[in-house]
Amino acid sequence: MNTLIYTSALGLLCMLAEMANLRKLILPIAVLGLCVIFGFNVADWGKNAGFYHNMVVIDNYSVAFSGLLLLLGIFITLLAGNFYKNEESKISDYLAIIIFTLSGALALVSFGNMAMFFLGIEVLSISLYILAGSKKKELRSNEAGMKYFLMGSFASGILLFGIALIYGETGSFDLGQIAAYTAAVHPSVLFTLGVGMILVGMLFKVSAAPFHFWAPDVYEGSPTLTTAFMATVAKIAAFAAFYRLFSSCFIVSIPSYAWVLSAVAVLTIIIGNFTALNQDSFKRMLAFSGISHAGYLLLGILSLYGNTANAVFFYSVAYGISSIAAFSIAIVVAQNTGSEKIEAFNGLGKKKPMLAAALTIAMLSMAGIPPFAGFFGKYFIFSEAIRNGHLGLTIVAVINSIVGVYYYMKVVLAMYTKDSNEPVIKLKPAYSLVIAVCVALILLLGIFPSLLSNLL
Amino acid sequence: MLLIILLFLPLVFALFTYLSGDRYAKYVALAGGAATFVACILFKRPFMQGGLNPITYAHAWITNPAISFSLSLDGLSFMLVALTTFLVPLIIFTTYRKEIDNAKSFFSLVLLMEFGLLGVFLASDGFLFYVFWELALIPIYFIALLWGENQDAAFRQRAIFKFFVYTLAGSLFMLLGFIYLYQHVGSFSISALYGSALSDNEQSILFWAFFLAFAIKIPVFPFHTWQPDTYKESPSAGTMLLAGIMLKMGIYGLLRWLLPIAPHGVALWTPLVLVFAVIGVIYGSVIAIKQDDLKKLLAYSSFAHVGLITAGVFTLTREGFQGAAVQMFAHGFNVVGLFFAAEIILQRTGTLSISQLGGIRNVAPKFAACFILVVLASVALPTTNAFIGEFLLLYGVYEYNTWLAAIAGLTIILGAVYMLRMYQLVMLGETNSLTASFEDLNWKEMLVFVFITIAIFEFGLAPKMMMNMMQPSLDLILNYSLR
Repeated sequence: MNTLIYTSALGLLCMLAEMANLRKLILPIAVLGLCVIFGFNVADWGKNAGFYHNMVVIDNYSVAFSGLLLLLGIFITLLAGNFYKNEESKISDYLAIIIFTLSGALALVSFGNMAMFFLGIEVLSISLYILAGSKKKELRSNEAGMKYFLMGSFASGILLFGIALIYGETGSFDLGQIAAYTAAVHPSVLFTLGVGMILVGMLFKVSAAPFHFWAPDVYEGSPTLTTAFMATVAKIAAFAAFYRLFSSCFIVSIPSYAWVLSAVAVLTIIIGNFTALNQDSFKRMLAFSGISHAGYLLLGILSLYGNTANAVFFYSVAYGISSIAAFSIAIVVAQNTGSEKIEAFNGLGKKKPMLAAALTIAMLSMAGIPPFAGFFGKYFIFSEAIRNGHLGLTIVAVINSIVGVYYYMKVVLAMYTKDSNEPVIKLKPAYSLVIAVCVALILLLGIFPSLLSNLL
Repeated sequence: MLLIILLFLPLVFALFTYLSGDRYAKYVALAGGAATFVACILFKRPFMQGGLNPITYAHAWITNPAISFSLSLDGLSFMLVALTTFLVPLIIFTTYRKEIDNAKSFFSLVLLMEFGLLGVFLASDGFLFYVFWELALIPIYFIALLWGENQDAAFRQRAIFKFFVYTLAGSLFMLLGFIYLYQHVGSFSISALYGSALSDNEQSILFWAFFLAFAIKIPVFPFHTWQPDTYKESPSAGTMLLAGIMLKMGIYGLLRWLLPIAPHGVALWTPLVLVFAVIGVIYGSVIAIKQDDLKKLLAYSSFAHVGLITAGVFTLTREGFQGAAVQMFAHGFNVVGLFFAAEIILQRTGTLSISQLGGIRNVAPKFAACFILVVLASVALPTTNAFIGEFLLLYGVYEYNTWLAAIAGLTIILGAVYMLRMYQLVMLGETNSLTASFEDLNWKEMLVFVFITIAIFEFGLAPKMMMNMMQPSLDLILNYSLR
């Protein structure tokens, strides 16, 4: 509970700092504040409590995901200082929006009520619409903001319709009472329909196929830092909410939608992977690979009756830190070369061997090669899927991870086998710190996965 | 505890090598390789006496799923560890003459690969085996990709990339196989997996999951298409690592993991695999006869040899197993010798095209003598190490099926045809402008050949010691495989 309140308060503080003319201090305050909140969050471990008539429910699941989201938030905030250096007058606005987004994400992992769930989704989405369109004078950014807004509000509408139907059937927004209803009464058609609409809304938010069309354009058009934010914090929060919602009260409807979910998972993995193959733009490639990662995570949702929270959490951690590492290196490279294409990475292996090695590790981790964190993420998801009887789906997923290797290695190839005349890249300390911490975590979790794999 | 030191020595030295800088990297790496070999020899005693008990080490690693960091060294593992630790410093030594760009990265990758290879041969936990299996792949990928010498970089990248994706694809199916086993057995430990009782149908699925991984690595026909180009495009040290040691991972995997875990699945598919293997033997030999590129010829010959080894393994006979074990040991030395000879020719003449060479013997008699020894070993002349292996392999296949043995036996004739034809064209005849200034071997190159020649004759004349070492482990595997 503290986590959510303090984060919102920190966001307000950032806005107020603008008035008090504390622009220079705002970044350290935000980072420090988030670190302190991370500490409060850890202190909540092992508590099980509901607040405000169960609007917010704190349990180990919410604490674990809050911790992950806060960590990713800290990384993004650290990167933001340099990323917005040309717009110093607006830094407090940006930071405030980033932190508000984070509070929305935190609400999404700790809700105990449909109203809170919807509130979380909206706080998260509306802040992201603004961030996506934040480069006012760039057409691509405007397009991204507009597209994201139109598609996102459409999805929110469907989601809300679903919630209304559920309310009509069960007479409550409270997850506990909905669960009690499903235990007592055989779910009616309207209930199942409501779950279906929520499902569509959530699939939209996590950019699963065939609801993924907004993602590549929005990811590519948005400023890279926002893309990193959307690809990690927003996607993980949406997945955590998806899992929480379905595991706590819609578990009865999973069988009715099993084939839909299976089809969506397969489609998402295949479309994400095969479209990523032909991309020249690094951001766009990561966007499509993010779609395929959503597909792998859907395997975890599909088998959630077998309690796959651990697998989903571990996968999210591995995906989150690997993506942050990749995106921060992409930002550094793009700032120096002015290009977001894969060719921009040419010759990085000679010019900046450590940076190239870091990106190689991030890519290998995303491709799921041991001994990096991403491998265990995939391993846990696959083994849960097999345990719950989805052998066929797992084989499709495995074949697709091979395809994944192809485009991840394309970047590695560019770094090591091609040359370029671009000048040597300068690295800001904040970026070095974030990249070093991410790589250290990827290695640590790859060698000692037990640190996190039994948390939940 | 000593096992841990043996396993981690290459990793530690890889780090030292990287830190020592480009100038001293070679020496540090060589010292690391030599130190690991010494550490390996310390384990020799119990196996010399034919001891059955493996030396083991186990430490809990991951709690859920239960994965332990458990290693086990028995006679079979020991022979492969000895092969690896002997060949790696030798391979490092063969590069003494070359100026290698970014040497610190190159040599630390070689040692990193040794770490992965040792892990594969020592692991007695399925998951650990898989992790090391993949770990060995990453360094060789970069070695082949970045230090390959061929001019056409785009072609090289495609070839190496094909190799990477191919082998990774195979191993992912192995991972699925291990996960599947874990769901049924509840453990990754090799003893639990050996004791698993799965239905024939399940074993049949498992067979393919594992066989794909091993067959691609070995490679067995028709999974071999990555191999010739990869061998050709890699730098010689990389080719030696690939052909000398890495493909043994696949054969070792067959013996250690596939046959005892899924004996019924194996029994079901044995006829098909044997036919594939024998086709590979003939196909590889026939193509080798037509090759003009020396490295490609050696690649196809290696492909033919490992086809016969695979056939021997799948006969599920005592002789077949012995032959496979002896031959994979012998093949390691011989193929390194052959590729080293090719490297010497390439360095001095700048070409590997057989038709452009000739008459080298006239100007370089020492080289000619060394080369012919290795060539004869490779065509399995009696008294050389490969003869014992090939004889036992063919005997094993004969026990399984006479006709198959007759066809596979053609390998001896065909092998002699392409190897001696190659030797004749390259070394004999008129000296031409390319080969006229061919410089004979210096003492360092001689030293490499001396080591290899000792191995050829020591294990050719007295194979008993080596076979005694491996016999207990092979018998154990055979018992499980005939369940």
